Amino acid sequence: MKLSLTRRYGFAASHRLHAPNLSAEENKRIYGKCNNPYGHGHNYALEVTVTGPLDPATGMIANLGDLDPFVEREVLAAFDQKNLNEEVAAFRDAVPTTENVCREIFRRLQKFQAAHLERVRIEETSKNSFEIGAEDFA
Amino acid sequence: MIRITRKVEFSASHFYHNPNFSVEENHRVFGKCNNPHGHGHNYTLEVTIAGEPDPATGMVLDLKELKDILQREVMDRMDHRHLNYEVPELAGKIPTCENIAAVIWQLLESKISHGKLDRVRLYESPNLFADCTAASANGAGKRA
Repeated sequence: MKLSLTRRYGFAASHRLHAPNLSAEENKRIYGKCNNPYGHGHNYALEVTVTGPLDPATGMIANLGDLDPFVEREVLAAFDQKNLNEEVAAFRDAVPTTENVCREIFRRLQKFQAAHLERVRIEETSKNSFEIGAEDFA
Repeated sequence: MIRITRKVEFSASHFYHNPNFSVEENHRVFGKCNNPHGHGHNYTLEVTIAGEPDPATGMVLDLKELKDILQREVMDRMDHRHLNYEVPELAGKIPTCENIAAVIWQLLESKISHGKLDRVRLYESPNLFADCTAASANGAGKRA
């Protein structure tokens, strides 16, 4: 039997999907509405899953008193109410698709000490979601 | 293989307190959840069974049978109960989402007559849940 704990957070951010090495026509064809130069935004839902042994003294994999401020500091403070292209350094060179946002958030949260980061899952809208697991993260 | 999932909801109260901790330590570690008067949640439990459909019935496990198991093993034990005082399986344990999910897994595992218990997912709130899954044979996924 294996246990995991998942906590759900939210952030609102804007982005524009545009690959600088592609032509204007190609960007428009590939990214469609998401290539609008003025950008657009989403209410992202972020699920963070951690695993590890239960601490017998607390009955917890990770104390939310540790996890919540860590996620706030590492991700939400940097992503919430921001323009991902302009204000998050990782997206100066990478297109802020939600796949890439998943990867960047996983990278940031991997430093969590109290438990093992197992999965990051993001709902960009209620209709699409993306996830990356520890086994996918290279 | 097909997975089927049944969902039930129960309401219960609990609080977090470790008798080996000082008052200050309990407060620091458990925060608001340490309130000795307790507090409550509407828990949502999703139980997933994995298996091959029986060719005669087309079912992995009759959902009516699963519903009866969940009623007997979980709802009758935990619904409208105080988890610290009224559930013997949780005695001596802090009734966190993780511990409750693990107890539910242990209560259900041997009761499933067709298919295998694949996952127990327990939501304490829409923003917090614990998953209990079968550990893979080689131990993959366990914390090093």
